[in-house]
Amino acid sequence: MPHFPKPAEGSWTEHWPEISTAPVDYTDSVDPAFYELEREAIFKKTWLMVGRIEQLPKVGSYFTKELHVADTSVILVRGKDKEVRALYNICRHRGNKLVWNDYPGEEASGTCRIFTCKYHAWRYELDGKLAFVQQEGEFFNLDKGQYGLKTVRCEVWQGFIFINLDPDAAPLVDFLGEMGKGLEGYPFQEMTEVFTYKAEVGANWKLFIDAFAEFYHAPILHMKQAVKDEADRLAAVGFEGLHYDLKYPHSMVSSWGGMSPPKDLSMVKPIERVLKAGLFGPWDRPDIEGLDELPPGLNPSRHPKWGVDSFHFFPNFMLLLWAPGWYLTYSYWPTGVDSHIFESSLYFVPAKTAAERLAHELAAVTFKEYGLQDANTLEATQRSLKSRVITEFPLCDQELLLRALHQASRDYVKEYTDGTSAS
Amino acid sequence: MALLPAEFADLERFSGWILETERERYAKRLATPMEEMQAFYDAAFPRLAEANKYLEDYPLGQAERPIPEPQRNLLLLMMSLVLVSFPVEVWQQARVPDSGATYLDLVVEPRF
Repeated sequence: MPHFPKPAEGSWTEHWPEISTAPVDYTDSVDPAFYELEREAIFKKTWLMVGRIEQLPKVGSYFTKELHVADTSVILVRGKDKEVRALYNICRHRGNKLVWNDYPGEEASGTCRIFTCKYHAWRYELDGKLAFVQQEGEFFNLDKGQYGLKTVRCEVWQGFIFINLDPDAAPLVDFLGEMGKGLEGYPFQEMTEVFTYKAEVGANWKLFIDAFAEFYHAPILHMKQAVKDEADRLAAVGFEGLHYDLKYPHSMVSSWGGMSPPKDLSMVKPIERVLKAGLFGPWDRPDIEGLDELPPGLNPSRHPKWGVDSFHFFPNFMLLLWAPGWYLTYSYWPTGVDSHIFESSLYFVPAKTAAERLAHELAAVTFKEYGLQDANTLEATQRSLKSRVITEFPLCDQELLLRALHQASRDYVKEYTDGTSAS
Repeated sequence: MALLPAEFADLERFSGWILETERERYAKRLATPMEEMQAFYDAAFPRLAEANKYLEDYPLGQAERPIPEPQRNLLLLMMSLVLVSFPVEVWQQARVPDSGATYLDLVVEPRF
């Protein structure tokens, strides 16, 4: 008997006829040829979340984003007109990487009035226009108007900066669709205290999304995070989502939040009792507008025990909004078929007291302890999948988001290969 | 010279845990024997609630009134306590079990 009601079809998965209940083929996570197709069909065609507008506070603020998956680098910059733009990080003279510090492969950030190439001092305005050419008279009929930095599609949704390498892509809001619309108005702009974690993980990008797109693993893999009696109870009960939704290719799971605050203080560790915080964040909500009446997309089942909603925006962006008023993002940047860079940021309303700061610290530290377990488990998964001894795996009803992710990846690749073979 | 407020002078002997960044705190955790972390925890944890109460008079995020050095040090010390609480309360070892060579670096950290 489920603890929380499921759709009339008897399961969440069967509620969406386009999603199969058959075992899932994980060749898509180990096949180098499939990865090459994903690069073209997915990462060069869809909207990719690269950062927050708070990272570009003033005119001339910039940061670069390395996209190994597309063999390129993009500059995000706030122009003199206050607009946020994305520009390819490539000097038009002879292709040198324009913005970098010390190590060409590493990301850079800062503030400037103009971009100057290290090689021959060609200069570009913040909107990409070519402003200065060294010894311009030596060139042959050079029209500076034709040699601005190449632009990248860039649109902002709720303060999240997205880019799309496909100049013909549909607008961002169309891509995010109803799932994005349901979150509009959430007070993201108030949550500016940021912890950002980064790791290189030896696993296919989809495997880490899999890990964070289901909570089925939590009572087992992270058993030791709870005190003994509580861990035993959680493992016996297992995990059931409050609600699932699929707005293809995006999806979400809504979960209860048993630990924030816990029913009984003896359920949690001593440090959590004193700091009133844990994995689910601080137990007390910050005092800001916009948290009492949440946007309609949050806590869709309107459950009083609601704890967190986890949204997966295809392909590689996850957004988790927690009942106690903070949010978390995950990004997965492929660097190969069996490796990716994982980035995660925790966003809180800035602490006004030491107690608040320590509560945030405990949430961040707890996140890292869990994350290390998750990441290392993935490397183990990748290793065994790579053998291809077993290729198909049964996924349960609590793993719906994983089915949606792998199916969307296959569909995008198929649409791309059908299109290229047809033309 | 005292690094902490006089009310917390008994914790001076753990001033090696007053560290500016998470990277430094985590490195010290990995390099410190469990007995030492246990001793730090046993001394500092019973003072945590009191430190929070004491620090209420020193609000954060006020550019015109930055938190004074001894109080700031006390907060940094308690941030180290948060970090060692995992080895002491949960793992009984400095490293997260089954985490192998995996790392997760904090590349952006809120400062105060």
